[in-house]
Amino acid sequence: MTISIILVILLPIFLATGLIIKSQPILSTNEFSSLLFSSEWKPLSGKFGLLTFIVSSLWVTFLSILIAAPICLLTAIYLTQYARRYLLRAMHPVIDILAGIPSVIYGVWGILVIVPFISNYLGPALGKETSGYTVLAGALVLAVMIIPFILNIMIEVLKTIPDALKEAALSLGATQWQTVKRVILKKAFPGLLSAVSLGISRAFGETIAVLMVVGNVTRIPSGVFEPGYPLPALIANNYGEMLSIPMYDSALMLSALVLFAVVLLFNLASRMAIARYEKLQ
Amino acid sequence: MAKFKNIEEKIFIALMRLSTGIIVFALLLIVFSIIYKGLPSLSWEMLTQTPKGGFYFGKEGGILNAIIGSLYLSAGATLVAFVIGFPVALFMNVYLIKYKRFVQMVRFFLDLLWGVPSIVYGAFGFTLMIFFGMKTSLLAGIVTVSLFIIPIMVRAMDEVIKTVPIGLLEASYSLGATRSEAAYKIVLRQCFPGIITAILLSFGRAIGDAAAVLFTTGYTDHIPTSLGQPSATLPLSIFFQLGSPIAEVQNRAYASAVVLTIIILIISILSRYFSKRYEKHRINF
Repeated sequence: MTISIILVILLPIFLATGLIIKSQPILSTNEFSSLLFSSEWKPLSGKFGLLTFIVSSLWVTFLSILIAAPICLLTAIYLTQYARRYLLRAMHPVIDILAGIPSVIYGVWGILVIVPFISNYLGPALGKETSGYTVLAGALVLAVMIIPFILNIMIEVLKTIPDALKEAALSLGATQWQTVKRVILKKAFPGLLSAVSLGISRAFGETIAVLMVVGNVTRIPSGVFEPGYPLPALIANNYGEMLSIPMYDSALMLSALVLFAVVLLFNLASRMAIARYEKLQ
Repeated sequence: MAKFKNIEEKIFIALMRLSTGIIVFALLLIVFSIIYKGLPSLSWEMLTQTPKGGFYFGKEGGILNAIIGSLYLSAGATLVAFVIGFPVALFMNVYLIKYKRFVQMVRFFLDLLWGVPSIVYGAFGFTLMIFFGMKTSLLAGIVTVSLFIIPIMVRAMDEVIKTVPIGLLEASYSLGATRSEAAYKIVLRQCFPGIITAILLSFGRAIGDAAAVLFTTGYTDHIPTSLGQPSATLPLSIFFQLGSPIAEVQNRAYASAVVLTIIILIISILSRYFSKRYEKHRINF
């Protein structure tokens, strides 16, 4: 038992050191900031600027949060404040199944539904010519994928708001929506924010589903109807040739390290916020 | 003014209903579009044969290699994760029950690990593999995926074991049971269905994950016969077949997606069933 628990605690440290050691070669010949903020990606001539991929990742992630967060918030409020109990109970399996669907299935769905929708309907309607394999497609698929995570936490957060608070507001003549807006959301704000931030970290690291629909063109996307090439897709696409080009593996491990660091940071911040929030209750 | 607040309320209720509907609609759309597109190409032959020559150009064969490979991989990884994870969950809730802060910290660590994307585990597994001089193999895949599902399994079990009333433990101590006896005989029995649910959850994660196995498990047309051989997996077989320009191969990818979706749905239904049983059979104080 003791051995197992030590193993579990050491696992993140192992993860970090393994990736750091592997990305050491490229860090010793190039400056860290020049790797992060250069968009020159020419592995054959030894140029490994990650900026294109980082920007793509940010695009896809924030767009997906922009779609998912309002939907989750409205649904969570509806299920906890307005709807009858059975609806909340009925939604649990829906959330669980959405969370359990493998990312490759989301990818297939994206190719089947989202990509044609964008290239045949949405693109032409907005006067854009596009293949459908775009940042927007990635963001839409990703949004559906992170909805169950965000929604679950938001429901838990909203459930902890004491009824007395609500009743006090209602007794002062506020409508239910005013109560929600002025009392409940204010009280739950830190918890809701950390739910979103957990969603961000989940979205940032998602690989296969995004890879399948986002287009993978090495160019900084200039709009949502442009293809992108996020970090995880870069790692997954190039694992085959990474040992045949010098420094390539090191560059990919560095991208994994960047991914790990960003995700850990967001997780750390939101988990700490949630823990503090729970203590306050 | 009074009117305005009522209108505002109505608008927001409509919006809330709409977004709840969108979520349900998204799930239905996913399941039905996959089944609609994949079912026509699904055949008995596909489920029971390994790829024959020219399979990737639309010729004969099936995806048995990927189905069996995925089952081997997820079963192996779930077993390893259980052997490591179950004692951790018990240890946290039986031995360390007095050290609340420490347990809180372990939970925090596990939550962090849960959030790490599987591709990072994949990259890490790859460095491990090179470090030990291994080739892509079932074993490397099992190790990587088990690292990836340990936090999920431990946290899921922890949530169940946490609910065991302390009185139950005290009662068994007072009858002369040691802590291990209490842990393995009493807690295990009380939480059995919940633990099965945790195992199924981890199994589902393992079988659906593609990013971690991409680096480590490789791909082959044969059914692996030992741990040292590479193995095909369902998600990767979907991924690779979909990348083909040939329509028949793509249709097979959709059919494989149906197989994976059905496996996941079965796991989901089973775990629902067990968590319902959990409610019924536990001793309440």
